Amino acid sequence: MDRFTWTNSHLELNETYVIEQGGVRLYDGDEKAKLNVGTAFLTTHRLIWSDIKYEDSCLSIPLSQIIFFEEEAARIGKSAKIVIHLHPAPANKEPGPYKKSKFSYIKLSFKEHGQIEFYRRLTEEMTLKRWENTPVSQSIPPPVAGSRGGHTRAVGIVGIERKIEEKRKEMDKNISEAFEDLSKLMVKAKEMVELSRSIANKIKDKQGDITEDETIRFKSYLLSMGIANPVTRETHGSGTHYHLQLAKQLGDMLQAPLEERGGMMALTEVYCLVNRARGMELLSPEDLVNACKVFESLKLPLRLRVFDSGVMVVQLQSHSEEEMIASALDNVSDKGSLTAEEFAKLLGLSVLLSKERLLLAEKMGHLCRDDSVEGLRFYPNLF
Amino acid sequence: MRKGVGTGAIAKKKLAEAKYKERGNVLAEDQIIQMSKQLETFKSHLEEFASKHKQEIRKNPQFRVQFQEMCATIGVDPLASGKGFWSEMLGVGDFYYELGVQIIEVCLALKHRNGGLITLDELHQRVLKGRGKYAQEVSQDDLVRAIKKLKVMGNGFGMIPVGGSYLVQSVPAELNMDHTVVLQLAEKKGYVTVSEIKESLKWQKERACHVLDHLLKEGLAWLDSQAAGEAQYWLPALFSELSSRDVTPEEANQMTP
Repeated sequence: MDRFTWTNSHLELNETYVIEQGGVRLYDGDEKAKLNVGTAFLTTHRLIWSDIKYEDSCLSIPLSQIIFFEEEAARIGKSAKIVIHLHPAPANKEPGPYKKSKFSYIKLSFKEHGQIEFYRRLTEEMTLKRWENTPVSQSIPPPVAGSRGGHTRAVGIVGIERKIEEKRKEMDKNISEAFEDLSKLMVKAKEMVELSRSIANKIKDKQGDITEDETIRFKSYLLSMGIANPVTRETHGSGTHYHLQLAKQLGDMLQAPLEERGGMMALTEVYCLVNRARGMELLSPEDLVNACKVFESLKLPLRLRVFDSGVMVVQLQSHSEEEMIASALDNVSDKGSLTAEEFAKLLGLSVLLSKERLLLAEKMGHLCRDDSVEGLRFYPNLF
Repeated sequence: MRKGVGTGAIAKKKLAEAKYKERGNVLAEDQIIQMSKQLETFKSHLEEFASKHKQEIRKNPQFRVQFQEMCATIGVDPLASGKGFWSEMLGVGDFYYELGVQIIEVCLALKHRNGGLITLDELHQRVLKGRGKYAQEVSQDDLVRAIKKLKVMGNGFGMIPVGGSYLVQSVPAELNMDHTVVLQLAEKKGYVTVSEIKESLKWQKERACHVLDHLLKEGLAWLDSQAAGEAQYWLPALFSELSSRDVTPEEANQMTP
């Protein structure tokens, strides 16, 4: 990092801008430089870096200082990098951010990607060596800023501003192209929807004449397209092979967590647990619900259960209703009375689920409530 | 001879029905095969679209809105399943499903403080914070769509229109029109009094008290009985900007009357 000099980012005569990339952090050797994340610019003559916040403060290094450079692949938690090995700084080098460095190389860390293109262009410039052809003379003073109403951009990087404008135009073009393509795609998707409705009507009219196999296939097509099952109007393509597989996976995966949590987990909790574990190719909420619905038919030891309040849980089959209610009654009698929060603390359950248990015991007539502004408290039913 | 009646006619009718059924059956079967072929074609169109514009969906919230609305118009739900083409090839699924996880986690973390009610603004801020600086941009429209999907899992996810935006509910508390309108009234200051309700909504005292009691019980409102003048009912969901520090669950338990 001691090869860099402070610069005011004016382009030299004959120097042209090649590429820019935001989200770049500099490293002095293997250590993070004491700088923020910024933008890296490549010109025909230099490598320039500027802080996002302080656009006037730029660092630059002549490309002629580069001995060689290589890519460093991204790893988990670490962005991709380009490692650049440098000649020692010349004695008459202008001041820069670092006086001395024990490293003879720097790294550019690409936190917003773009390293592939940057590397390609750097390779190109290092091959072409355009700085050798065009002798660098005085710098051109920058054009007066103020082209962006009131936003004083004292950095006169003409080429860079032009490139940003080009990029914006291209983006606009891309978006309108994207919308066009999207519309065409939707026309085709609509055809699929209409076809599926026609099939569904036929199925409805003649129950049982389509083979089960065909029904399953049809359902999986609906699932792929995201079309609601027109026959039953229920959630999309339930009962497909995908959901059967999923149910089995869940059966394995949830056994231990359920036991740790007293045999019951809210479906939203399961959703978070499963998706956090998967990392990608996540389940949709509907996938989860549909998979849970087939637990029983697959004879798995889990059940989906919906409480009166609408709360949905997955519970272990082994946890029978009577046991839960009996233990709830025991706990309440033991303490005289309990609120849902107190019960939750006692059992290590979530407040939501402990409340459901108490409500259930109340429904069965074992507990009665005292509902006041101070909260809902449950007592053993002595009536 | 009478026409149309008699066992002969009935038998003929039954035969015609059977033939029609048969033909109908074959037609449906054929259509399923046809659908299978068309599906393959569609899949390749979608792949082409994805190769050109997948980034657009990832990066551009406006484009996502357009995409979602077009899908809704034609009767397609791209977020129905992680196994759907849209999810697999465009990656929309993972974006929204992950957002769902983040929303659930934020709501759970704050439930002891606000009873399970939070403004869409606050939810948005906290989700963005949790995602970190370099994550994709997430708009409020994205959150709303993710929440709509979460509803299917029970647990009382819902949205209440309030003051030009929404309150997001994440617990199955019963909230009817009366409760909602009181929440809307409280939105400006973060609290409401019985007098204010009586004056603005022209309710009797009993009705106002009934609603406020319910909100207290559900943990959505806190009572400040020492306020000058009249007791104030504060809604933690609404005063996120005013509060300077987060309350721990233990503190929250001590504070509720």
